[in-house]
Amino acid sequence: MKEEKDYIRDITEIRSMMERSSKFRLLSGWAGITAGILALIGAFVAYYILDFNPGEELQISGITPLNSLVVKVLLLATVVLISAIATAFYFSYRKASERGEKIWTPITRRLLTSMFVPMVVGGILIIALLMNGLIGLAAPLTLIFYGLGLFSAGSHTLAEVRFLGLVEIVLGLAATFMVDYSLFIWAVGFGIAHIVYGIYIYIKYEK
Amino acid sequence: MIPTEGLHKAFESRVRLGIMSALAVNDMLDFNSLKDYLDITDGNLASHIKALEKEKFIGVEKSFVGKKPNTRYFMTSTGKKAFKSHLDALEKFLESNRKH
Repeated sequence: MKEEKDYIRDITEIRSMMERSSKFRLLSGWAGITAGILALIGAFVAYYILDFNPGEELQISGITPLNSLVVKVLLLATVVLISAIATAFYFSYRKASERGEKIWTPITRRLLTSMFVPMVVGGILIIALLMNGLIGLAAPLTLIFYGLGLFSAGSHTLAEVRFLGLVEIVLGLAATFMVDYSLFIWAVGFGIAHIVYGIYIYIKYEK
Repeated sequence: MIPTEGLHKAFESRVRLGIMSALAVNDMLDFNSLKDYLDITDGNLASHIKALEKEKFIGVEKSFVGKKPNTRYFMTSTGKKAFKSHLDALEKFLESNRKH
């Protein structure tokens, strides 16, 4: 016959199993911090070195052909995106091996699916807009669709991710009204917000 | 006092409790995912799954991923009911103990 402490352990086990099998717990605060720094570097390079200003681009004629500057900024954005994703994977992978867990589980697949559906839709839409010369809306839309991705992925991982998603969506919507400042707002959303989120996650769960 | 009402014998094993908990929050899980979550051997897991299947607490769905057979498990409504009453009984038991 089981005793009281056995039943208490049963309950602990049930709770931990439900948590483990329904939430992705391998997110690292460092991934957020690194992504934020990369985004800030990207925005800095775009503004000061490539001399890119989406507001100006939009004001000159409303429609900008896909010139070499836009292509350079696109390449830069792609490099930033890929390195941010790669570092996030690296930190999750490291956390998984520290805990002796596998990274590729059904919950990881669910997390990635709910994250990437809005992001791929947004990505294709942005490419279409760029090809039609609507450069000014690209930065706000990356914020909005990234935010939607985080918001839907948030139900499979830390609640903070959902909140970060909302922050990105609000910033993105604000940027559509203030295209002049959209690069700056982009830097706040992808840079500052990520760093603040990363530090918060690190202090709350990893320290 | 140890309650027996609502507690199901099938859930006395912690592995079976683990299987039910994982299936309670996932629509379907395949054998390997369950194995990873529970960290036990194939044979051990298979025998516990068989026991739960016999009680009709979990169901099996067999399909193919490419040429590989893929077996996935889900919780039946009988299983859901039994698991819920087991949890309720645990809760009641711990509550009554706290009062004493």
